[in-house]
Amino acid sequence: MISDFGYILLFIISGLVLLGVMLLVAKFLRPDNPNEEKLSTYESGEDPMGNAQIQFNIRFYIVALIFVLFEVELLFLFPWAVVFGNEELIAQTNGAWGWFAMAEMTVFIGILILGLAYAWAKGYLDWVRPKQQIPEIKSPVPADMYKQVNDRYGSK
Amino acid sequence: MEVAAFYGFSALAILAALFILFSKNLIYGAFALLLAFLGIAALFVLAGADFLGVAQIMIYVGGILVLLMFGIMLTQRAIQQEGPSRHNRVEVPITRKVWGFVIGIGIVGVLAKIIFSANFRMSGDAVSRKSTIKTIGVELMTSHLLPFEIAAILLLVALIGAAYLALNRNPAQ
Repeated sequence: MISDFGYILLFIISGLVLLGVMLLVAKFLRPDNPNEEKLSTYESGEDPMGNAQIQFNIRFYIVALIFVLFEVELLFLFPWAVVFGNEELIAQTNGAWGWFAMAEMTVFIGILILGLAYAWAKGYLDWVRPKQQIPEIKSPVPADMYKQVNDRYGSK
Repeated sequence: MEVAAFYGFSALAILAALFILFSKNLIYGAFALLLAFLGIAALFVLAGADFLGVAQIMIYVGGILVLLMFGIMLTQRAIQQEGPSRHNRVEVPITRKVWGFVIGIGIVGVLAKIIFSANFRMSGDAVSRKSTIKTIGVELMTSHLLPFEIAAILLLVALIGAAYLALNRNPAQ
């Protein structure tokens, strides 16, 4: 008798074995003559420069932090979802169980939605875009003269 | 079969932890931490705590490890003149090393005390195969309702505090 987690383990093992077999078979089948160009890291045709580990924008960190907290919230939803619609428990309490569990989870999620609303309203979720640099041209020719030229020759 | 799985996952967790200890590259250490977390989650499952195992995978592997990676990426100093083969060494002053050593020894002492005072049973009742998630759900909705709602408040406080602290208030950037 295999338990449910045994199935998961079997899936993991079979995935690893299949991947290993495929890579091994491919290694025997494929031609193998590497050179320096082929071995370099593919970076959209550019020569790779420097370390691959670059600094990220701090905004990713805030989003990741909020994600972790909502993931913890999600974890509480799983045991609730298993017992929420349980017919045995509903029958024992004349239907009060379902409404009670629903109300409790609404309160739980409502409290956390306050946090999301706070982060949203305070602008923690806003993405900072770099300022666009509009090129400024100081031309001695006034702008309406360009417009006249465009009107005269643009239609052709 | 289960004994083999237990020793396999224990070896995975311990080897990954040793790799973290001796690795000079922080990113490799973070990826080894992934393996260590997976091994520990499997040990939880083998001990009959299936919900804890899934929670371990979801929160630690899916969330906290990602945060850790971001931490490594964000705190790395911009040294560009060195090549891509450079190790990501952590350079700390000697006083912090001493304090870290003292605190590490202290934690090991506390954990050793707990392990030696614990009363492990090497044999006896078999671990029941029933899932614990239904029990946890009923307990959360009945006898542990107040802690459940307090957990929501705690998460709210953590969310607001974390977002407030993580905001970049440096006007230079």
